[in-house]
Amino acid sequence: MIGQVVFIIILLGAAYLFGKNVARVRRNILLGRDTDRSDRPAERWAIMAKVALGQTKMVKRPTAAVMHFFIYVGFVIINLEVLEIMIDGIFGSHRIFSKPLGSLYGLLIGGFEVLALLVLVSCVVFLARRNIIKLKRFSGTEMTTWPRSDANYILTIEILLMTAFLTMNAADYKLQLLHFGHYVTAGSFPVSEFISPLLPSGTGALAGIERGCWWFHIIGILAFLNYLPYSKHFHILLAFPNVYYSNLEPKGEFSNMASVTNEVKAMLDPSFVPETTEVSRFGAKDVTDLTWKNLMEAYTCTECGRCTSVCPANITGKLLSPRKIMMDTRDRLTEVGNNLDKRGKDYTDDKTLLDNYITREELWACTTCNACVEACPVNINPLEIITEMRRYVVMEESQAPASLNNMFGNMENNGAPWKYSQADRLNWAEKE
Amino acid sequence: MEQKIPTMAEMAAEGKEPEILFWVGCAGSFDERAQKITRDICKILHHVGISYAVLGTEESCTGDPAKRAGNEFLFQMQAMTNIEVLNGYNIKKIVTGCPHCFNTIRNEYPGLGGTYEVIHHTQLIQSLIDEGKLKAEGGESFKGRKITFHDPCYLGRGNNVYEAPRAALEILDTELVEMKRCKSNGLCCGAGGAQMFKEPEPGKKDINDERMLDVIETGANVIASGCPFCMTMLTDGVKHMEKEQEIKVLDIAEITVRANGL
Repeated sequence: MIGQVVFIIILLGAAYLFGKNVARVRRNILLGRDTDRSDRPAERWAIMAKVALGQTKMVKRPTAAVMHFFIYVGFVIINLEVLEIMIDGIFGSHRIFSKPLGSLYGLLIGGFEVLALLVLVSCVVFLARRNIIKLKRFSGTEMTTWPRSDANYILTIEILLMTAFLTMNAADYKLQLLHFGHYVTAGSFPVSEFISPLLPSGTGALAGIERGCWWFHIIGILAFLNYLPYSKHFHILLAFPNVYYSNLEPKGEFSNMASVTNEVKAMLDPSFVPETTEVSRFGAKDVTDLTWKNLMEAYTCTECGRCTSVCPANITGKLLSPRKIMMDTRDRLTEVGNNLDKRGKDYTDDKTLLDNYITREELWACTTCNACVEACPVNINPLEIITEMRRYVVMEESQAPASLNNMFGNMENNGAPWKYSQADRLNWAEKE
Repeated sequence: MEQKIPTMAEMAAEGKEPEILFWVGCAGSFDERAQKITRDICKILHHVGISYAVLGTEESCTGDPAKRAGNEFLFQMQAMTNIEVLNGYNIKKIVTGCPHCFNTIRNEYPGLGGTYEVIHHTQLIQSLIDEGKLKAEGGESFKGRKITFHDPCYLGRGNNVYEAPRAALEILDTELVEMKRCKSNGLCCGAGGAQMFKEPEPGKKDINDERMLDVIETGANVIASGCPFCMTMLTDGVKHMEKEQEIKVLDIAEITVRANGL
């Protein structure tokens, strides 16, 4: 009885905290400018099914794809078992699904065990790739202590949870064989039957281990849930809406700024009356100048580094790293959100995403080649943020590199990026 | 050139409308190397008998480098001026000699009032091959050579055109090899995003030199491309590697012209 009360209190507390944290992230995302991504719902569901649910963009790197798939499927399917654990926790029952499901229950538990083992092995391999093999993709200037630790914490927690789950089953299995107390024969244990010989044979100790692992597993899951909003691991939730709201236009197409269209039309035709002019900054200096979609992407990024590993600028040793663009955007947004919570909405610090987080050198190194956009398994677009910040630097500050200002000048004066006269445009036809 | 290049102004004066407008682009108009490709595209158009015209002195930069560099004002000024000219001539279909012009007119002009059917010259070549109007005969043989195709970002990733340029190479009697970074994984030449008009930021090496490693790995002696900026970068890359004798950089249009002896 006390166990049930404690469980319910912990469950409600965890749910409340999680809800609060998700609401905070949502509030932060909505600090971004508006953009309409509500069109073409059928296409959006399809791309979500394909890219997020089906993980089709992961297959370019088969080793990571296979192991990530194990963890993903393990996570989704083992949640069925968590449902049973929750019901047992609330009602004080034990393996409540075993009776109604009959022989199917054995199949399910057996399946969960195999998945748990696959998850465990995959996490160990992932830890090794990061810490022993030290794959280049997991290093870089932006991969400071916290991002590295975050990744290791996630993998370690998952290993511990799976170990607890399997040990719990092993103890349960042994107690079932001893026909002890309420441990009725239920389930099949293709993995944990190999762990059970390692456990003590006393029923008291076994029940202690079983209960201990049960509590560790479920409290661990609830704690992990509350870790998500502070971690790159939040991608397990945001990947879905983020892909749903993907850019559906060709990657080469950059948005036309409506605010500029109004001014240009007014310039070309003095009788032009713009519809509604929203007075805002051109481009992005800080996170609040970006769209909510850019900000959602920042929280969705799981720092895998596929973008940076294919970035031509980064490959050739330039400062630019698309992953850093996303991480900086998220870190700055978190800071803006924290300021809002602590000091109210009238407070502004003297920091901005530009300069305090992302330098101009990074922005100007981009070739807009879209390799980062193509590489992202959850359709994040670092290029859009880079472009928005270039727009601010050029249109609000007139701080483009001198050579680009020359190019702009040529285009304005003679309609070509080079200093050639427009009258000579057809000279090629005379040659040869 | 042997044949006369028709302009829209002349056509309009005669009350004629060509089937397609050839948008030459700034590089195609002024860069000496790209001018040769421009003439070759005209040779192909002439050879198959498509009625076409160019804007000539009425053409102006699409605004692409300004837009990628963040100068949306300048881009939209250029775009709207061009759209006025294009709509004034009642243009319906455009072929470009440059993936940047192709992408900009195709994707970014419609929102500003300029909607046209836009194709890149490699797509035109592909459709002419499909229709049986273009073959690879009567000209230079590419037998015994190894050709690799460098995907321009704004043709490939930008607009998912991967097969058209390859179709023009597949009809040749030659060996086609892919670089390890090709198609959607293709490596940029380093010129996009207005990089063409500025010095690169400090780093370990230039992007076109990095790309040369992929080329050399294939053992190809011809790099084919479909973009005047890629052409400049790849040609420079070959020079840096001192491989000018072994490796030639050619546009798909040039290869087509040579193969057909036009």
